[in-house]
Amino acid sequence: MKIYLPRDAAAKALGADAIADAILSEASRRGLTVNLVRNGSRGMVWLEPLAEVVTDLGRVAFGPLTLGDVPGLFGDLPSHPKLLGLTEDLPWMKAQTRLTFARVGVIDPLSLEDYRAHGGLTGLQKALVMAPEAIVAEVTASGLRGRGGAGFPTGIKWKTVAGAVADRKYIVCNADEGDSGTFADRMLMEGDPFTLIEGMIIAGVAVGATKGFVYLRSEYPDAIEVMTEAVVLARAAGILGVSVLGIGPAFDIEVRTGAGAYVCGEETSLLNSLEGKRGVVRAKPPLPALEGFLGKPTVVNNVISLATIPAIFEMGAAFYKGFGLGRSLGTIPLQIAGNVARGGLYECAFGLTLGQIIDDIAGGTATSRPVKAVQVGGPLGAYFPREMFHLPFGYEEYASADGLIGHAGIVVFDDTADMLKQARFAMEFCAIESCGKCTPCRIGAVRGVETIDRIAKGDSAAIPLLTDLCQTMKAGSLCALGGFTPYPVMSAMTHFPDDFSPFQEAAE
Amino acid sequence: MKDFILPDRDFGTPAAKSKQMVTLTIDGFAVTVPEGTSIMRAAAELGITVPKLCATDSVAAFGSCRLCLVEIEGRNGTPASCTTPVAAGLNVRTQTGKLKQLRRGVMELYISDHPLDCLTCSANGDCELQDMAGAVGLRDVRYDAVDTHFKSRDTSGKANPQWTPKDDSNPYFTYDPAKCIVCSRCVRACEEVQGTFALTIEGRGFDSRVSFGAKTDTALTSDCVSCGACVQACPTATLQEKSIIEIGTPERSVITTCAYCGVGCSFKAELRGDELVRMVPYKHGKANRGHSCVKGRFAYGYASHSDRILNPMIRDQISDPWREVSWPEAMAFAADRMRGIQAKYGRQSVGVITSSRCTNEETYLVQKLTRAVFMNNNTDTCARVCHSPTGYGLGQTFGTSAGTQDFDSVEQTDVVLIIGANPTDGHPVFASRLKKRLRAGAKLIVIDPRRTDIVRSPHIEAQQHLALTPGTNVAVVTALAHVIVTEGLYDQAFIMERCDWDEFQDYAEFVSQPHNSPEATELLTGVPAADLRAAARLYAKGGNAAIYYGLGVTEHSQGSTTVIGIANLAMLTGNIGRPGVGVNPLRGQNNVQGACDMGSFPHELPGYRHVKNDNVRSIYEDLWGVTIDNEPGLRIPNMLDAAVEGTFKGLYCQGEDILQSDPDTKHVAAGLAAMECVIVHDLFLNETANYAHVFLPGSTFLEKNGTFTNAERRINRVRKVMAPRNGYEDWEVTQMLANAMGAGWAYTHPSQIMEEIAITTPSFAGVTYEKLETMGSVQWPCNDAAPEGTPLMHIDGFVRGKGRFINTEYVATDERTGPRFPLLLTTGRILSQYNVGAQTRRTENVIWHEADLLEVHPHDAELRGIKEGDWVRLASRSGETTLRAKVTDRVSPGVVYTTFHHPDTQANVITTDYSDWATNCPEYKVTAVQISPSNGPSDWQTDYAEQAASARRILAAE
Repeated sequence: MKIYLPRDAAAKALGADAIADAILSEASRRGLTVNLVRNGSRGMVWLEPLAEVVTDLGRVAFGPLTLGDVPGLFGDLPSHPKLLGLTEDLPWMKAQTRLTFARVGVIDPLSLEDYRAHGGLTGLQKALVMAPEAIVAEVTASGLRGRGGAGFPTGIKWKTVAGAVADRKYIVCNADEGDSGTFADRMLMEGDPFTLIEGMIIAGVAVGATKGFVYLRSEYPDAIEVMTEAVVLARAAGILGVSVLGIGPAFDIEVRTGAGAYVCGEETSLLNSLEGKRGVVRAKPPLPALEGFLGKPTVVNNVISLATIPAIFEMGAAFYKGFGLGRSLGTIPLQIAGNVARGGLYECAFGLTLGQIIDDIAGGTATSRPVKAVQVGGPLGAYFPREMFHLPFGYEEYASADGLIGHAGIVVFDDTADMLKQARFAMEFCAIESCGKCTPCRIGAVRGVETIDRIAKGDSAAIPLLTDLCQTMKAGSLCALGGFTPYPVMSAMTHFPDDFSPFQEAAE
Repeated sequence: MKDFILPDRDFGTPAAKSKQMVTLTIDGFAVTVPEGTSIMRAAAELGITVPKLCATDSVAAFGSCRLCLVEIEGRNGTPASCTTPVAAGLNVRTQTGKLKQLRRGVMELYISDHPLDCLTCSANGDCELQDMAGAVGLRDVRYDAVDTHFKSRDTSGKANPQWTPKDDSNPYFTYDPAKCIVCSRCVRACEEVQGTFALTIEGRGFDSRVSFGAKTDTALTSDCVSCGACVQACPTATLQEKSIIEIGTPERSVITTCAYCGVGCSFKAELRGDELVRMVPYKHGKANRGHSCVKGRFAYGYASHSDRILNPMIRDQISDPWREVSWPEAMAFAADRMRGIQAKYGRQSVGVITSSRCTNEETYLVQKLTRAVFMNNNTDTCARVCHSPTGYGLGQTFGTSAGTQDFDSVEQTDVVLIIGANPTDGHPVFASRLKKRLRAGAKLIVIDPRRTDIVRSPHIEAQQHLALTPGTNVAVVTALAHVIVTEGLYDQAFIMERCDWDEFQDYAEFVSQPHNSPEATELLTGVPAADLRAAARLYAKGGNAAIYYGLGVTEHSQGSTTVIGIANLAMLTGNIGRPGVGVNPLRGQNNVQGACDMGSFPHELPGYRHVKNDNVRSIYEDLWGVTIDNEPGLRIPNMLDAAVEGTFKGLYCQGEDILQSDPDTKHVAAGLAAMECVIVHDLFLNETANYAHVFLPGSTFLEKNGTFTNAERRINRVRKVMAPRNGYEDWEVTQMLANAMGAGWAYTHPSQIMEEIAITTPSFAGVTYEKLETMGSVQWPCNDAAPEGTPLMHIDGFVRGKGRFINTEYVATDERTGPRFPLLLTTGRILSQYNVGAQTRRTENVIWHEADLLEVHPHDAELRGIKEGDWVRLASRSGETTLRAKVTDRVSPGVVYTTFHHPDTQANVITTDYSDWATNCPEYKVTAVQISPSNGPSDWQTDYAEQAASARRILAAE
């Protein structure tokens, strides 16, 4: 008997480990041998812990499981109260286009055999017989853009690093996934770490780097464990080492743990942190592509960008490029969270409207109250009201609506949300997480909180001051932390002016 | 800081070094600048000042203040002009509606966390924050700032935890966090310019504060070396000189040259009236490039110290108290005595000691005094006791008695070999430039018995530290040559072209002998053979390799041999004659190079020309109308010996304290005591003055015109900042003495003395005060062949023709350890103090070093029951003294170390009369000693203190 039960942190947070123990003890009580595979999550977080029992028909899903549901998994499955059906046929799964996350939740994350059996290393093998320039050209042709949020074309970045002359170059994977409501990087690293390794190797071969770092946030102990183990396994299997797969150049990876600063997700402070320095932002230029880690040319890519590379090589740039809209090509793993009926990870082509995502896929709020606002793109993303639900999901489309898709985290709020408090939270977040280097962010965020407090007390003169401050921070900040904090603040003020009304408190 | 009278424009970012030029347009004006220049600097070249706070051209662009934002046609956003490099064809706008609003917004934030006490602020009128608030037109701060760093209490009277009190622990500057705008200029200056990494930013976000190390540290307890770079970089009153706080802002400035070490830093002396307000390193100074150390920057207080003697004094016998007299009376007294001595004991019975601290012109006059007035060659200088072997060794091998490079050369060095020098303490400004290069990747080899700071300090670590036994320099240097020759690492093409090939072959055969191998010398030197081989390979094959050495090389019985060995190494590897290489003696005193150049030695006329040469003597004989002795005169040790014998009776000693600085103090004292007329010309009643009959008050470097020549042969102007408090510049005093003896000199300005030097000395032929005004400084040789001076020597050939290899056989010093004296004492100096301490002990620098300490290895200390801070008796066969112990593994077992800055320690009571075989340079660096616990000062120290107190008595004016 073979059962899949995620080791994913979200599943564990919802009790997956207790379910796993219960499955094993139930099996031993019954004298059965059960092959319990701790896979990644399928991304249906509202159904976790979600177990899949392998049957002749395929993998059948049950969830969300409680301990009481476990014995039933050994009984008559069709009558199990938590029976969901064949995993592949569930509407959530069926409608997705899983390219980057194709194997997540499907395979045993630390089984290279499983990985290979599901197409793993195919992309790398193809890339290894290509000229480095051709690899870069293929990535450029795919239209892949930085999934960390900036949306910079990955191929162009690689080309810059490939063209730089230096004795050493580096690949740095930004796995400091700090945006609220995002978890794609974590899910991928916990569910399919070899994909990230494969993507980093291809990047290394393409640009001439022989060393890669995964900068992983300390708040992800499970991902750290899985990635570290995967690197060891890949090294033992000759995937990493002096010659990749025995035919390629040298490439090795080190997993490094951050120390809890949000700003270290910003690539230049990440590099400083990686070098053992204070995690403060560096001015650009010089671009990290030319002077990055230890001053050497460095590719700094997000986990999802790098993990998408193997799929691009496996299926071809043209195939990948066939998805999406406008200049947002390929697929995007949406992370749906907050006050939402169905939360989780949903990979699909760019272009879904916000309404489709919230109402159709996520099923509205968990509280069944009307949606008031949706924050897209993490704590620095704009809050959109229902009037903006026509927005198609794409980099330019959101930018033109004074928002951003960021790392594709979507957080939903119902009508009880106080948007002034949300705006204050944005400033407070910036004040806490600011590296302290540039003035608009260092002092501006603190003054932002104070000024919003004045507005809350009915001081209407503070509203134009807050607007001015947001302009100073947006155009004046050194990095996106101070530069994007005005998005949630200004969008809250613009779309929800009533919450900022001087008479609000009096009215209540 | 803003500049007064002589504005040094701040271009915001350092100059780019590219040869590629780029043309762009800024505010409609085209400007062409080197590639890599920032837009901010390019604008500054046009005369357009983009508002800025975190940028200053001494450190790399940082991009934090966000005031210097500009708009660039075709580019998004508002990039910072300090971090954005120029590109061809850019069209930049520095002033637009959007930029104005942004800058005002940023300034409003700054001022919301800054006290508005401008009128009473110490930086009032000298504050960039104030300037910028004006520049951007800030008229209102609309924020109701709740969180601040400048209010000690909030409105309810509760203490503000974000407020930190002022740190005034450093004697020279204060740190007031309430005024800090966290621009990081100080932190970056400490890192990039000084290389100490004492300052950091603590906390993050709004909590980011400048901090001296950990939060519990103060400026004084931290690693801070008080170089002043942070104070200079600070745009506000946050880091402020205490002198500015006490006096106010200066109103004029004069560019002059520091009178401490041989680096020869240029400074702006900033004054109000004739009160010196502060010394600020001069950005265009070619030796220091805008940097300074604690001595030059802050330790000038001795000039106004109450110990200074301002009136001439005389006495019949040294047991008498001093009697203040008029200048004419003092001169008549001195002249009578000197003439009388010469009449009684002969022409050779008197002499002079020139000063390495006085100007070239003053030194020239003092040697002229002995040659043209005393009519003998009895002149010597303190270089005798420091770098005389350099003169000999480099003269013999290369043909000149000076370093081969300028300090800028270090920027192109790949391998630095430091032998017997402690640059972070002795030559701190050069050390900072060196460390900057090391941080950029150059490799370092240190040959020193002690683990000096340069061996390992923040972001610096020597690839090889060869901790040799004191006294074995020659064996180590020869073993390096052994490896280079036997492993075939030498540069044959260079040797064949530039050196004498036969001499090379002879030398190669000599060094290849097995007894010179590192394996053979290991037991002797204590240097592991493998380390020595690695060092030799690195030096020979690591790219541009430069040797910097100090008194740890010269002050040995084989000092000259080591200098020759060093020259051999450079010739062997072709590391001579281009930027980044060379042989560089780090000169101890400000004008020790100049004192040597000016003919201070008894065998040489100015320009290192031997007195036996008729054609050289005739130049001076014709000009001065005298006959010059064709035999060399007496060296300092010979003078003292002759005094004890009774044949040398009169001495004019200018600006030197031989009693404290020369070896074997008891012998020096006996010599001085035997003289009938000792004329001391100094700022203070120094130790030598205890044996003087005439005291002529001297003037400080702030009170005179002239020139100093630094370790890179750079002739720098010394400018009169204020009138001499004693009434006369030192050259005037020497002239008065000469004229009292009938010389009839009539110089009215030191420039006339320089004219005389130029017409008589070929290497100075092109030097004039006018040229020094236009060029700032010039490196000799400066003549028709090199009208703008010579930064690098021996470019196409050695001065002497072919470079000369000389065999360097190691001969152990006679000073050996044994059962009675089992330890080796070596001496050196410390950052905050200078030489015998006459100046620095009379400043607040004593806070860092109030007494000489004896460094002892824990092993040796434990054996003798000595603990940290204990009184220790230090004895050699010459004498004994007492000082406190510092137990440290900086010294190797068997080696002890001390400084000689304090007269009450009298380290030179211990040192012996052994000296360099060629030049008599004393062997300060090796003395066999024993140490033992002690109860306090030795009998000698007690007696000495009594004698000194008695000898310093001055009769009250009548």
